[in-house]
Amino acid sequence: MEFLLTFILGVLEEGLLYAIMALGVYITYKILDFPDLSVDGTFPLGGSITAVLIIAGISPILTLFIAFFIGALAGILTGLIHVKLKVRDLLSGIIVMTALYSINLRIAGKANLAIFTKDTIFDNAFLNENTPVILKDYLTLIILFIIVVIMKLLLDLYLKTKSGYLLRAVGDNDTLVTSLAKDKGFVKIVGLAIANAFVALAGCIYTQKSGFFEISSGTGTIVIGLASVIIGSNVFKRLTFFKATTAVIAGSVIYKLCVALAIWAGMAASDLKLITAVLFLLILVVSNERKRRVKVSA
Amino acid sequence: MLELVNINKLYNPGTVNEMCLFKDFNLTVADGEFVSVVGSNGSGKTSMLNIICGSIPVDSGVIRIGSEDITGMPEFKRQRRIGRVYQNPAMGTCPSMTILENMSLADNKGRSFNLARGTNKKRVEFYRESLRSLKLGLEDKLHVPVGSLSGGQRQAMALLMVTMTPIEFLILDEHTAALDPKTAELIMQLTDQVVKEKRITTIMVTHNLRYAVEYGSRLIMMHQGEVVIDKAEEEKRFLRIEDILDKFNEISIECGN
Repeated sequence: MEFLLTFILGVLEEGLLYAIMALGVYITYKILDFPDLSVDGTFPLGGSITAVLIIAGISPILTLFIAFFIGALAGILTGLIHVKLKVRDLLSGIIVMTALYSINLRIAGKANLAIFTKDTIFDNAFLNENTPVILKDYLTLIILFIIVVIMKLLLDLYLKTKSGYLLRAVGDNDTLVTSLAKDKGFVKIVGLAIANAFVALAGCIYTQKSGFFEISSGTGTIVIGLASVIIGSNVFKRLTFFKATTAVIAGSVIYKLCVALAIWAGMAASDLKLITAVLFLLILVVSNERKRRVKVSA
Repeated sequence: MLELVNINKLYNPGTVNEMCLFKDFNLTVADGEFVSVVGSNGSGKTSMLNIICGSIPVDSGVIRIGSEDITGMPEFKRQRRIGRVYQNPAMGTCPSMTILENMSLADNKGRSFNLARGTNKKRVEFYRESLRSLKLGLEDKLHVPVGSLSGGQRQAMALLMVTMTPIEFLILDEHTAALDPKTAELIMQLTDQVVKEKRITTIMVTHNLRYAVEYGSRLIMMHQGEVVIDKAEEEKRFLRIEDILDKFNEISIECGN
């Protein structure tokens, strides 16, 4: 019983944490129709900045906003490379992802940076004093839940604004955006900025939750994100009252459940990326998403 | 007034496939004109529209609207004054967005796409009325994604969306070619109605010679990047489909087809 509870708690925590990142991937993959690999670099970017800032004594809550902002800058960079230098979408992401690996090392100074002893949004004097004993075990989950709900609602709201409409239009049919006398390149850059901001925020929270920054934490981010998005949109396809963003969050939890089950069944923790990859392949085959969608305009 | 002055356009310059499409091409379209453009494939009709809209650059020459030189203006900026309906009905709408969302997007053309609510509730009744004028029953499907509509319904919506905000020029690029005869007829009538109502200067490329003869105030026939027939007003009124067909045949014989 004890084990089951810990297991479920672990899955929910991991699922919600990665859901923030998956919301970002949802923006690029589903809305923009842009396979953005730069997230493999922006996830640890959020982490490295957070570790350094927290060690420097900056408020853990403030780091959430800073990581969000820096992530947006990385997204803008990917966008500028794609739009202004006319590099293909996939390659733009790879270029930024590769560059960010070194940048993250520069920011952190080394490949690992521990912040175990520092205050984080999950572990600080205020929370330790004010949390009722009965909630202690669930504190991390509650905090994650609140952040995820806020980010989801913000994204839902944004997608209902005029700017959000334009973002959805550019992935759907960018000719229409031109017809509306708007620069489609600019709209794509905005979308990439928001997406990478979400991913860097997830990286920031990941570092605060685990208590350390690790340079390889970003490897496979895009795979986890895509898996969550595809699971979410396929499992809940028929439930129309289920918002796409909610489906993505649920997809992320389901995905983390599958990974946890694989490890529980006897796979080693070092097999994690292998599990990630195989699971993703399975999902692609089952969901029929491997065929690239046909674009309206070339 | 729209002017194309001494336009030169080479395709694949410097290669064995080099092809001269326009050599010192000139065209002037007066305000309020409705120009039908016909011509065989490869005669430069669509290229001319692309040059006007800024989808492809010119090698030399000047494009003017009124007295303003727009030769170097990017495509999206020109679209502020130009509305374009494409041959492919999918190009004019967003398939995964609902009819209402598409109408809201079109309604906001020329204004800022900021963080205000995407659909203005006060405008919904107006959208419903506009859709009702199409007589396709779309007014009852406001929350249906446009992707599930037929080609004809989408093209009617595209036309409605393009003319919802004030534009100076309407560019129709074979906009009835992908539709069945009955729907094509309907779209053509709608086009004529909106052009007359809003007095928009219009250029329509078409392969349907009957439409070219029946509609519009001026007819142009193009061949190898040149205007070979140009009839307006009185002259156009007496033009028959046979006259155009004769010219087509004459050209074909010249080309050895």
